[in-house]
Amino acid sequence: MTAGATPGHGAPVDEADAHTLTGRVRRWLLRKLPPDKLLPEDQPVFVASWAYVFGMGAVASLLWIIVSGIVLGLNGPQWYHVSSLGSFVNSTHLWSVELFFIFMVVHLWLKFWMAAWRGGRVLTWITGVISFVVSIVAAFTGYLLQTNFDSQWIAFEAKDALNAVGVGAWFNVANVGQLFTWHVTLLPLAVGAMVVLHVLLVRVHGVAPPLEAAESDAQLRRDRPGPAEPPEPAEPRGDGR
Amino acid sequence: MTRKSSSISWRNTDDVASRPWTGSVREYDLIKELIIGVVVVGLLVLGVSAIFGSPDEPSVSLKAWATAAPSDFVGTAAKELAGTSDTAGYGPPYNSTPDATQKIGPVDLQSLSGVRLPVDTASDFVITPLSTLPSPPEALARWAAATDQQRSSWAAAYSDALAAAPDNDPAKVAGGDYGPVPALTGALLDMARQGSLDGVLQNGGNFYNMDYTRSLLFLGDGGYFPDLAASQHLSGDQWGVMNETGDTPGQSWLWLFSLLYQIEPFKSAPNADAIVVVAMLVLTALLALLPFIPGLRSLPRMIPLHRLIWKDYYRNR
Amino acid sequence: MTGWLVASVGLVGDGTYFGWDGFTIQSGNLIVIVVMIILFVLALVLPFPGGKRRK
Repeated sequence: MTAGATPGHGAPVDEADAHTLTGRVRRWLLRKLPPDKLLPEDQPVFVASWAYVFGMGAVASLLWIIVSGIVLGLNGPQWYHVSSLGSFVNSTHLWSVELFFIFMVVHLWLKFWMAAWRGGRVLTWITGVISFVVSIVAAFTGYLLQTNFDSQWIAFEAKDALNAVGVGAWFNVANVGQLFTWHVTLLPLAVGAMVVLHVLLVRVHGVAPPLEAAESDAQLRRDRPGPAEPPEPAEPRGDGR
Repeated sequence: MTRKSSSISWRNTDDVASRPWTGSVREYDLIKELIIGVVVVGLLVLGVSAIFGSPDEPSVSLKAWATAAPSDFVGTAAKELAGTSDTAGYGPPYNSTPDATQKIGPVDLQSLSGVRLPVDTASDFVITPLSTLPSPPEALARWAAATDQQRSSWAAAYSDALAAAPDNDPAKVAGGDYGPVPALTGALLDMARQGSLDGVLQNGGNFYNMDYTRSLLFLGDGGYFPDLAASQHLSGDQWGVMNETGDTPGQSWLWLFSLLYQIEPFKSAPNADAIVVVAMLVLTALLALLPFIPGLRSLPRMIPLHRLIWKDYYRNR
Repeated sequence: MTGWLVASVGLVGDGTYFGWDGFTIQSGNLIVIVVMIILFVLALVLPFPGGKRRK
């Protein structure tokens, strides 16, 4: 691949350029998500609300969960019982999880009321819900790894729900070795993968416009004179599907 | 110009929501937002951790149980020998007790795994641990020589006598034909008090162990451990699924799972666990598929909170 | 907390619980839920600082 074959900023991708499978994957990726869409410097004018910051809050919390979790994992599950530094790192792991869920839930509520699945964004909604569900399982295994009274009791109680649907034999909440694998490798990878996919889908589709946005809005008109047009009276709207 | 209204539909059509935004834009620095987010969340996490810390209530050992509640321990050991404990009657994956599983209609998911984590309560919790002692009690030989029927009748009789005794105290049990059972449970109590039962139950003679299934099941068959949990508001009927020890927030995101255990028809159902899990799976699927559900997906249009979120945009239309 | 909320403060480390028959909530969980609702309402009503507009 030569430098000249690389599509520039916003330039259309050269169809003839791809004659291998690799080339076709690259062409598809660049068409779906060109660099200026992946890392844009501006957003539609309606992206002006605190409603848009909670997703990023959840991502920031997740980064803190990962950092504190790596420190805890590298020291083993007994460390935080006996070390004051370990206890503090354990606290940061707990509180970053609480913040992660707080931000994620507020984000979910807001995206519902914004009907953010509109216009082909349904997979973004679904990956978001899956991220939430996988995060719940990941947090649950974390509670089971506390190796204290709380985890002892949670394991004793939770086994019934898991056994009742036939998975307790393989996902054994009283087996700390199994739980360590789930909590430290598989589930973090799953949460990370779902969150990355979710964020990429947001970038691919762009942010969903306001529910009542219309072609005639000042912000959408080609001959935009500025925000001078008086607001139009609301009119009845059908489902419009 | 005709106003083409935005649809609530998830479909990719030719409306404003489906096409790339071609209208006016504002500067928005995602990387700057990420950096600010990491710094703000980091300060919050460090601050809250420094102020509130995190709870670490020590775990309960079999030694602690035998020391704090010896009568409960002996009574539980007798039930393990008689095969009348919760674990002995659990069904898969621990044993094949008939009619013990939670079914959903005709569907028996609990039996799918079979007995994959076999637990024989008399042998695993009492007899085998006692046989690892340097000088095993002589009662073991009498137990080994007896028939299954004789064993259960001794153990059941002793278990009933303990339940009837004042304070369930083994020292105050009325006389009867209990065979070697009182000697076995007494020896197990001594073993647990000395602390050696914890190790034997957990690692079964191996150096390494990370599987606490047997110890936990034995502990949970007694009354001491569940009572401790109830005193910390951790039981299932106390919304305990959500709760952490002390005042630290727990898994509040499990509120719905916890709620189902508090209400009918789940609360008093013999298969509560199975139907609660299935109900949660269905509700989670509904949340994921919400954009496809007529009515629910139209709520944002019927209750227009979005006019607050996009108030600047609507003001300038 | 007043009215229908009944505080039951136990021994040290037992936690503070609010509730009435059938419903109990631990103080930490209650605070987390209240914080989420407050954040949601604030996100709706607080004005967002204006950025540079350009086309």
